[in-house]
Amino acid sequence: MMRKFIAKAYIWILLAILYAPIIFIVVFSFTEARTLGNWTGFSMELYKHIFTGGVSGGAGLIAAIKNTLIIAFVAAIVSTMLGTVSAIGIYNLKGRKRKTIQLLNNIPMINPDVITGVSLFLLFVFLRFSQGYLTVILAHISFCTPYVVLNVMPKLGQMNPNIYEAALDLGATPAQALRKVLIPQLRPGMVSGFILAFTMSLADFAVTFFTRGTIGLETLSTYIYADARKGGLTPELRPLMTLIFITILVLLIIMNVRQAKTRDEKTSIIS
Amino acid sequence: MSKRSNWAIPYLIFLILFVVLPLVLVLVYALRDGNGGFTLSNITRFFTDTDALNTFAVSVEVAIENTLICLLLGYPAAYILADRNLNKSAVTVILFILPMWINALMRTLATAELFNVFGFTLGKGTLLFGMVYDYLPFMIYPIYNVLLKMDNSYAEAAADLGATPSQVFRKVTLPLSMPGISSGILMVFMPTVSTFAISEFLTNNKIKLFGTIIQENINSSMWNYGAALSLIMLVIIGLTTMILGGDEREVEGGTI
Repeated sequence: MMRKFIAKAYIWILLAILYAPIIFIVVFSFTEARTLGNWTGFSMELYKHIFTGGVSGGAGLIAAIKNTLIIAFVAAIVSTMLGTVSAIGIYNLKGRKRKTIQLLNNIPMINPDVITGVSLFLLFVFLRFSQGYLTVILAHISFCTPYVVLNVMPKLGQMNPNIYEAALDLGATPAQALRKVLIPQLRPGMVSGFILAFTMSLADFAVTFFTRGTIGLETLSTYIYADARKGGLTPELRPLMTLIFITILVLLIIMNVRQAKTRDEKTSIIS
Repeated sequence: MSKRSNWAIPYLIFLILFVVLPLVLVLVYALRDGNGGFTLSNITRFFTDTDALNTFAVSVEVAIENTLICLLLGYPAAYILADRNLNKSAVTVILFILPMWINALMRTLATAELFNVFGFTLGKGTLLFGMVYDYLPFMIYPIYNVLLKMDNSYAEAAADLGATPSQVFRKVTLPLSMPGISSGILMVFMPTVSTFAISEFLTNNKIKLFGTIIQENINSSMWNYGAALSLIMLVIIGLTTMILGGDEREVEGGTI
């Protein structure tokens, strides 16, 4: 009993510390003060600004959010397609070839972002590629795809390899067999790969920072960085982060409740 | 069907172009002088540059301390979360991962601001606290995963055979959770040793980490020296991965 109490207390104290800064942001999203930590009375004004576009920092923040989302979507979609096709290819490779490509696939995940950023920066300089949207997206694809490959591979292992052949024998073209047989089987892996790729892209700062060039392309991360260096965050970031946090919290809880439900149903069928 | 293995070819080309070639270029730029001739001076410059050496030492020190604190705090947490008698709901686990979805720079700035409000001076202490705060989930998650998948009958057998709880933990649970510990160490140590921006925010620019000098050199067009510093970082990362067995990480950290 005592053991359980200490264990519970430990977890909740840790969580309280972990969440303190986030709660801090949430609380201060309901006041108008420019600097974080300064309470000037309850107000929903900052939330209004977000939805009406009247952000004090100008159009910069809105543009940064748009860029972040576009880059994350494009990078995650391309990574999911490239990663899935590659996983199928790698799965059908044997021996040294397979080991080599898997090793190469691990490099972007182990590499610290600063190194990924610097090395890609040097690549674009070397190729005389003008840096901007395209280079950032290419860079994001390069560090997102490995996660898709990693999420799809186990699904290939669980799949019956004969059903693809069966579809071909029954007259499906390879494209049809891919669309109607392979992809439905691989979907769970592709979805978790996509989510992971999207998240990695959204969260990225260092790689974007080095590959965006000088055309003034800002994502949320680089915007926050520039903002903080100028001294003082755009106050509208507070309600924005609050909204993102609450959305994710709700999504995760829904997902979890649904998962627990299907698990319960399954066990009740068995018993 | 040997043909389907061809599906890996586009990705292989992509990897060579966007992963291998850039790393080769780091080496090439590190070994070149401003005019494009071969030189070792960028490397030797690091070993005579006391500022860079100090920063390097501080970075490694902070990274080791951060990793140790994360391990000490994170292991018990992972253990409790994975124990079905102590924790029944998966929501608690999710709560530990959730902060990762909030922009890390924003969280770090809020942490720094929180320190200001409570009157702490920004410095080494706040830097460590902020780092632990940012990277603790990366330690908890792999250890939790390993502990969750671990067959409980080993621990039960040990207990039945007369081992005390602390012996069970030392001789059975801990050794079996080693893969989780090493991927946790890898996932915390690597990003900490190379971090930039975060250290500036948490110390009010008082403490610079290695990632920051790389960034400063690249941004001020000192590409060759920046590349040399990156190369040194790569060596550290390579050594750590080799010691800890880098392929563990993909299994524990890559899937959700």
